[in-house]
Parts: sequence; structure tokens; C-alpha cells
Amino acid sequence: MKKMNGRILTLVAFIAAVGFLTAITIAGTVFADEAMVVDFSRKNLAPCGQYIFGTDWMGRDMFVRTLTGLSMSIKIGLLAAGVSSIIAFILGTLAATMGKTVDSIITWIIDLVMGIPHILLLILISYAFGKGFKGVVIGVALTHWTSLARLIRGEVLQLKEATYIKVAEKLGKSKFEIAWKHMVPHLLPQFLVGLILMFPHAILHEASITFLGFGLSPEQPAIGIILSESMTYLTMGKWWLAVFPGLLLVFTVVLFDVAGESLRKLLDPASAHV
Amino acid sequence: MRHHLLFIGKNLIRMILLLFGVSVAAFILVSVSPIDPLQANVGQAALGSMSVEQIEKLQDYWGVGQPPLQRFLAWASDFFRGDMGISLLYRQPVLEVIKVKLANSLWLMCIAWVISGVVGFVLGIISGLKKDTWIDKLIKGYSLLIASTPAFWLALVLLMVFAVWLKVLPIGLSVPIGMEASGVTIGDKIQHAILPALTLSITGISNITLHTREKMIDIMESDYVLFARARGESTWSIVKNHGLRNVILPALTLQFGSISEIFGGSVLVEQIFSYPGLGQAAVTAGTGSDVPLLLGITVISAAIVFGGNLIANVLYGIVDPRIRRGGKRS
Repeated sequence: MKKMNGRILTLVAFIAAVGFLTAITIAGTVFADEAMVVDFSRKNLAPCGQYIFGTDWMGRDMFVRTLTGLSMSIKIGLLAAGVSSIIAFILGTLAATMGKTVDSIITWIIDLVMGIPHILLLILISYAFGKGFKGVVIGVALTHWTSLARLIRGEVLQLKEATYIKVAEKLGKSKFEIAWKHMVPHLLPQFLVGLILMFPHAILHEASITFLGFGLSPEQPAIGIILSESMTYLTMGKWWLAVFPGLLLVFTVVLFDVAGESLRKLLDPASAHV
Repeated sequence: MRHHLLFIGKNLIRMILLLFGVSVAAFILVSVSPIDPLQANVGQAALGSMSVEQIEKLQDYWGVGQPPLQRFLAWASDFFRGDMGISLLYRQPVLEVIKVKLANSLWLMCIAWVISGVVGFVLGIISGLKKDTWIDKLIKGYSLLIASTPAFWLALVLLMVFAVWLKVLPIGLSVPIGMEASGVTIGDKIQHAILPALTLSITGISNITLHTREKMIDIMESDYVLFARARGESTWSIVKNHGLRNVILPALTLQFGSISEIFGGSVLVEQIFSYPGLGQAAVTAGTGSDVPLLLGITVISAAIVFGGNLIANVLYGIVDPRIRRGGKRS
């Protein structure tokens, strides 16, 4: 058999990762109602053929609960990372194009946000917005834009000095045309990769902050809630309540990482050999 | 020497300005919060049965009803004189609470910081030297996997394995339950810090490993290493003479810059092991609307992070004179 081309392999990895993530999200959404079903006739079951993740002390199917929790995390991650990347794009370009004062103000804000430990800042923001769904989304959105904004700022600064941009200026192209025709095609791939690589962080932080009790409310089957509830039952030997949901969470985060990294390799082939 | 001082001075001023910014931002955030500290701590039922005067007294205690700017000025001027206010939940000066908790946390974070730094560095060098062998793939895979693993879940798994299943280590708290403070030995303290420190170290390793690995690969492909090989130097002497010197400073800088992450991890880990450190205090302050304590912890932790960044910047300046002279990096 002929050995598969690396680029095709990467493409397959990307599609598989995105496919899996979509499947988890859809499955979680479809089974959302089933995740709430309480059935005391089947409580505290260890993992078996019928309930592969076992059931909890209220007889809820942990597999369905985990899927629902993950799909919630993915959706929150998408929303928050989306908002975050828009902030990053706007501030990054402003810093690079609006002159020294604006640049130093924005750089200062970036340093400021990076200076407060993420979790602590998330607690503060979530507290400011009264906890709950809104608190998490705003919190994650407001804390994750910094490194992408730095990246975009650097790229735009470099682009501004590039010869082909200078030539375009001399040819009398309008600023909009230069930005649209010469800068966007260069920035877009980096922006997309940065956006996708932001998801894993967003999801992990959403889970963490919910775990600490500042995120989604306890009624919702969020992954952070599932894991924090499992702590109470840990000493009683109900290991499956914590192990499987956590494993699936790690798996999801790894998938996002695979998707981001393979997209980077596809869009920027030079980076594939590092 | 003058350059050095100027460079450090510039960074110090920047750090003070940033700290001021942090305190303003944190204050604004807690001020806009719709959470009513009375509701959160006294509870609806108890409030209903109280007289108006009692409620007013409580409102006064929790600082409800004053305009934010006035509160900020009062708080900031006290803070400047070293008085961070009284913690509402612990009923002690915030400074005292933070001192006790920080001592517990620092001990934990320092161990984790050193272990993750040293182990990560060594793993990174091995991985970089043996690029594309099975050992490199193993180390790289491990680092990538750990980077995707939430610290709190890892803590749960370790707790399950060592405390519940094997029963070799205690489940939580920094001292045995029901023991007087004087009866606690160093041995007890160490035993109770093992799991939290282990969790933090494991999660901290991945960044430094991947970074060192990449640097090491660059170095091994450089011309001077090729020349050293041509002269017949052994791999070990190449690592010792050419590798370590070039890798250790960026790695140190990265490690000083990662204090923020270790701190964030410690918040989660302390919560799980009910380790009475600064992170747990922050969570308690957040859930219990203890605004003075929350503000105090934010400013102190930001100061620690900025301190780490300052050391990183100064280290860089010492190694690379180009940065020192310009005083700026693009």
C-alpha cells in the first residue's frame, strides 16, 4: 500500500476531530431531557453494558449527563471564545494602527489582564455579573483575548512595514483596498487558528469556574457541576462518577487541540515541520 | 551598572502602575456586582425576621449603600498605609488572614514551582536531544495530554488513587483533624502537602518541557554544535558546554512568567484537598461576598505575578544586552 500523504492525513485528522466534536454537541443537545431523568430503581450502578458510565445516587445515567454537560461546555466555549477573538482582533489592530498612545494603552491593558491569575479574574468577573451563565460567558470572553491580541498586533505591525504593502501604497491604492486585499488574506489564517486554539482553554476554564461554584447553577448538568458533585461520593468508592466524565472532558479538549494544530498545518505548511 | 538600575527602575514603576490598575479594576468589578452581601450571608429568611435597625446595622457592616468612588478612595488610602480592612467572614484584619493563608500556599507553590521547573527542564532536554525517537514521542505526548487535563480533575484522580483506594495519604486539610496547632509536626505538614504539591507539579511541567524541547532542537541543529561534533565532542559535553547555557535562561524566564498559572492551579487544587491556603480563601471570599478579603487577595496575587515578571525581565536584560539598552521589546 502506498504511504499516505502527510497533508491528507492532517486533513483527515482535522475532519475527524471536528466531526467528533459536532457529534458530541448534537448528542448532548438531543439527550438534554434524558439527562435530568431521575430513577431510584437504578441508583449507584457501577459501569455496565447498559449504562457504560454508570449511574449516580439519583439514578441518573452518567453517560447522557456527561454528554449534555460537555455539549453545554462546548457551546459556552464557542460563544465565549468567539467574543474573545473579536475583542482580540479589534484591540490588536487598533494597537498596531492608531499610533503610539493607543498602542501603549492597549499594551498596558493586556499586561493588566495577564497580571491577575486567570482563575481569580474569572471569580471576580463572575462575581461582578452575579454568577450563573452570564458570569461565565463574560468572564471567559474577557480573560482569553490577550495573547491573540498580542499576536495580531505583532503581525499587523510587521505587515505595515512589508515591501508589498509599501508598494501598494505608492501605487495609490486606498487604505481599505490595502487592508482588504493584502492584509486580511495574511491575517485570517492566523486568526482562525488562534480562535480554535482558544477553545480548549475556554472549555477548561468554564469547567474550572463552574467546579468552584461560580459558574452554571447546580441544576444544570454542566461538566464542572458533575465533577464537583462527584467529590462528595468519592470517599464512598464511587470512582466512576469522577473518572469517566473527566476522561471525556480531556478527550474533548485534546480534540480541539488536534483540530487547531492540524488547521495550522494546513493553512501554514511551513509550520508542519517544527 | 547605571543601565541595570535604570532598567529595573523603569520596570518597577511600570509594576506599581499596573498594580494600581489591578486594584481599580478589581474594585469596579466588585462594585457593580448585583449580589447582595446580606442575602448571601444572612439569608432571606433571617432578614425577614429582623427589625429595620438591625438590617441597617448589618448594611453598614457590609458596606451597602455608600457610593463606590467614596468607598474606593477610603479603601485605597487605607491600603496605602498597610491597612487592608477587616475580613468580614474571618472577622480578622485582611492582612492577618492573607499572611497565614499565603504562608500555607507559598510552601505548596514553591515546591510545585521548583519540581515542575527542574523536571520539565530535564525532560525537555532529553526530548530535544532524542528528537523523533520513542522517548521524545512519549515525553511530547505526555506534555500535550497534561496540557489538556484540568488540574482539578487530576487532583480528584490522585485523591481517589492515593487517599481512598490505597489509603496511603490523608484526604485533605493541611494538618490532621482534631489536633492542636502546637502538636502538628513538620512531618504531618509534609504528608498533607504531598498530593496538592504533586498535582501542581504534574500540571506545571508541560509548558516548560515543550519550550525547552524546541530550544534544544534548534541548538542541536545549529552550526556550532555541528562544529563541536566535528571536533569530536561527546553528546554530554555538547549539552553541558553549548546546550545548557543557551537553554537555561529562557527556561528560567518562562518559569518566572508562569507563576500566574501555578497560582490559578493552586486555587483549584486547594479547594479539592481543602488545603487552607490563599486560593481556598479566595473562593470562600467570592462565595461569601467578603469584598475586602477578595480585593486584598487579588492585589497580593497580582503583586506576586508582576514580581515574577519583573524578575523575568531583569534576567533577560542581564543575558541579552540588546534588550537592556532599548528598554523595550517589540
